[in-house]
Amino acid sequence: MSATYAQDFKENSGRMSQDLTHRAVIKKALNAYELKRDENRSKYLDWQEARQAAAEIKWEAINHLDRYLLEMTEKLEARGTKVFWAANAEEARNYVIQLSQEKKVKSIIKSKTMTSEEIHLNSALEKLGYDVIESDLGEYIVQLNDEPPYHLVFPAMHLTRTQIQAIFKNKLGSNTSDQPEELTMVARDIMRQKYLTADMGISGANFGVAETGMISITENEGNARLTTSFPKIHVALMGIEKVLPKLGDLALFLPLLATAGGGQQITCYNTMIGGPRQKEEVDGPEEFHLVLIDNRRTELLSDTEQRDALHCIRCAACLNVCPIFKSSGGHSYGTTYQGPIGSVITPHLRGLQDWKHLSSASSLCASCTDVCPVKIDIHHHLLHNRRNAVSQSPVWWEKILFIGFSAVTAFPSLFQASLKVARFFQPLHGFIKGSILDPARAWTQTRDLPEIPAKSFRQQWKQRS
Amino acid sequence: MEATVMNDSKDLILRRIREALKTPAPVPGGHDYSHAETTPSRPKPELDNFRQWLPKVENDFNSQWSLVTKSFNALKTDFGLLDSPTQLIDFVQELQRSENWKRIAFHRGALVTPVVDSLQTEKIEIKSGYDCQDLEKCEVGITECDAIIAQTGSILITSRSAGGRGLSALPPHHLILARPSQMVSDLPAAYELLYQRYGKDYPSMISFITGPSRTGDIERIVVLGAHGPKKLTVALLKD
Amino acid sequence: MRIHLYIPCFVDQLFPKAGMAMVEILEKLGHTVEFEESIACCGQPAFNSGYWEEARKVAARTIEGLESAETVVIGSGSCGAMIHKFYPELFKETPLSEKANALAAKTFEFSDFLVRKLGVTDLGAKFPHKVTFHDGCHGLRELGIKNQPRQLLSHVQGLSLVEMKEAESCCGFGGTFSAKFPLISSAMGDVKCTSALETEAEYIVSSDSSCLMQIQGLLSRQKKPLKTIHLAEVLVSR
Ligand code: SF4
Repeated sequence: MSATYAQDFKENSGRMSQDLTHRAVIKKALNAYELKRDENRSKYLDWQEARQAAAEIKWEAINHLDRYLLEMTEKLEARGTKVFWAANAEEARNYVIQLSQEKKVKSIIKSKTMTSEEIHLNSALEKLGYDVIESDLGEYIVQLNDEPPYHLVFPAMHLTRTQIQAIFKNKLGSNTSDQPEELTMVARDIMRQKYLTADMGISGANFGVAETGMISITENEGNARLTTSFPKIHVALMGIEKVLPKLGDLALFLPLLATAGGGQQITCYNTMIGGPRQKEEVDGPEEFHLVLIDNRRTELLSDTEQRDALHCIRCAACLNVCPIFKSSGGHSYGTTYQGPIGSVITPHLRGLQDWKHLSSASSLCASCTDVCPVKIDIHHHLLHNRRNAVSQSPVWWEKILFIGFSAVTAFPSLFQASLKVARFFQPLHGFIKGSILDPARAWTQTRDLPEIPAKSFRQQWKQRS
Repeated sequence: MEATVMNDSKDLILRRIREALKTPAPVPGGHDYSHAETTPSRPKPELDNFRQWLPKVENDFNSQWSLVTKSFNALKTDFGLLDSPTQLIDFVQELQRSENWKRIAFHRGALVTPVVDSLQTEKIEIKSGYDCQDLEKCEVGITECDAIIAQTGSILITSRSAGGRGLSALPPHHLILARPSQMVSDLPAAYELLYQRYGKDYPSMISFITGPSRTGDIERIVVLGAHGPKKLTVALLKD
Repeated sequence: MRIHLYIPCFVDQLFPKAGMAMVEILEKLGHTVEFEESIACCGQPAFNSGYWEEARKVAARTIEGLESAETVVIGSGSCGAMIHKFYPELFKETPLSEKANALAAKTFEFSDFLVRKLGVTDLGAKFPHKVTFHDGCHGLRELGIKNQPRQLLSHVQGLSLVEMKEAESCCGFGGTFSAKFPLISSAMGDVKCTSALETEAEYIVSSDSSCLMQIQGLLSRQKKPLKTIHLAEVLVSR
């Protein structure tokens, strides 16, 4: 199995890395984001301390997770919310399915939730004949195009307006230009009646609030507000790690998420929901269900070294700066969560041996750790995953290589000698350079090797004294 | 509400969590290269201290007003500062004329009621039992709000202050009537206000609205009016 | 000052000129330079590949070899980060832990040492060329070194520094990564080279020879006129 995922990644990422059109599309898409992110970040009195504070708040929440989850769910239940604790993806799926059956639901509208991708909810519901539609524009586009989201926050960033125009034409029969405004209005018009007629609205949750028993949803389009306003049943899916201790914590987290993730000071809508429609209220769903999902998050929790990976607020800032992501593209990963954080957590969520290759696919440049608004030690965790994978089951030839390496370096003279041999053979290297016979092919396919100088530093140093 | 019959894994998950947390994890701080001997002591990460790190907001009304108007402009929120109730009515009637409103939706309130009474259109009052298809046909939703946040140019609404959940989200134009004195400096202040106003009993929905609905999902190009209101107007009646 | 110069295996074998330049600079400033011949490598290749046990064996020899050193100056941000940041982690809860921490505390990256520790920024160098600077990731983000090399370059006569847009982006080398994922690695290097070429500089300067090897490898293959040079070599040019 592991060979397959690793092989797929290597092939897909290699192909995408050479795709210059893809590179240009992604670069263009991120250009405006980078400018706005830097501009808004510079307005903070102290961005670094803001990150530190956020990291400490998340630390508090994660390291007392039982307490805060209980506090949150008790408060929610007291106001009529039904809370369901799902140990794994199957339990979460089954709950939503059973609820839909019981309430005779026919159509379902969804606002963006990566947790739903994680548990493969759409395909399960569609298989049973439910009409499921994604309302977030980017999600809707990739849903129509039968592909998973390309990016945690910008699901359709890999598609150009012309491609989207074609998708709309093929799947919806719409005849618009390729102007983003026109394309957006196509989706808007389709969606409006869906909000009003769907029997169930499914949303995610960016944060949970223990103190007051709420979830908080961050968005720009207003689709989450509509999804949680009109359908009779609202189901929110939330990973157990999303809880924050206090309502007021959001005063820090909302701007941090917006700036890191979207380059905005704050997103257009930040909505806190604490239950179904209350007695004196004029509208809102009659039922509110919160599905809390573990799905191996508790395994990550038990790894004290990497526990802070649960601090993640899924802002995707680490994807946006990651050169591996920008070269390989979001789909190459084959995971729900792409980019650096995906490479850290996927081995925990889906098996270390199957997914360790993602941790190797990094130059450890640390751009991710540098931008993470909650200061997760992302690139060091890639190192930890590599170490854990090796100690669990070393790759035999690597093991031999590094035992040899450790032996050779014990005797600098031996090390010298081996390089002397290389020096001798280098002139002949030209004949096989870049071919399959070339032992250095991985390097020389695209790059020249430096010329080995006549005398090493050591030799020159010796001659001086 | 009848409970859906399905056993959940609450106990199992809590057990797993408690088991995992038996070994503590270090408090984040990060090692650095500064060769510095001491780490500075930091203020506690709590609401009262967030202001030391977030974007700065001056304390006086005038600077806050100029900040908020800057944000309104940047995020395409229209606004008007009106001296008297008559001016407010004129302002709204002018909007009605220029946009040719045929149907409006509103909730009753000290600021909204007199303005709506002055308009000659079909009017849908949002109260318990309203039909959402009627709301869908309205060109504008008129609401009040809880606060205006100077730092971000956001409007704070709740399902209690703004006529429920749908009125401010569905019509293509959302018109907010408010008082300049409702302006608070920043998000921490807005959360303090929420604690004070609703601490005993929160509305089921609270939302910060910052500009008209928008998307950047096609080539990251901003388009207004993705699903929510295409237009957002704040009319402020001087106290 | 008695300075122990740590020459990474890389520089030793492939870029001895950069190493000799560092010796020259430190000696000219009146310091005694020492070099421990028994050390071959800091152990980073094994460490980064997950073979911590093997890495520990290699690193232990470095720790012991440098135990008596007063100050260690290291001619690479990458190996500097290895010793400064990762040795303490690698030896955590082992008998060598204290010694690893002690070594980390007295180890400095070359440009950082000159500027912050010695307070020297003008070395009387002359290099009449247009250059652009590549920040090696480990020096920049693990060790926080950004201005030090620029301060040094600003005093070089005749040199004009043009910053490239992607100065802080990774060159794509990443040690064994460059061989395990050669196509991603090269794509990253391409972004770097393109950005450097945009500045129309004659040289790309960096404090890390390994990055320069990657960049030069791509540039030579693509027959681009841009050349690479180590910071220390610029600083000894007359
Ligand atoms: S790891 Fe950090 S930067 Fe990446 S998505 Fe999570 S919070 Fe954002």
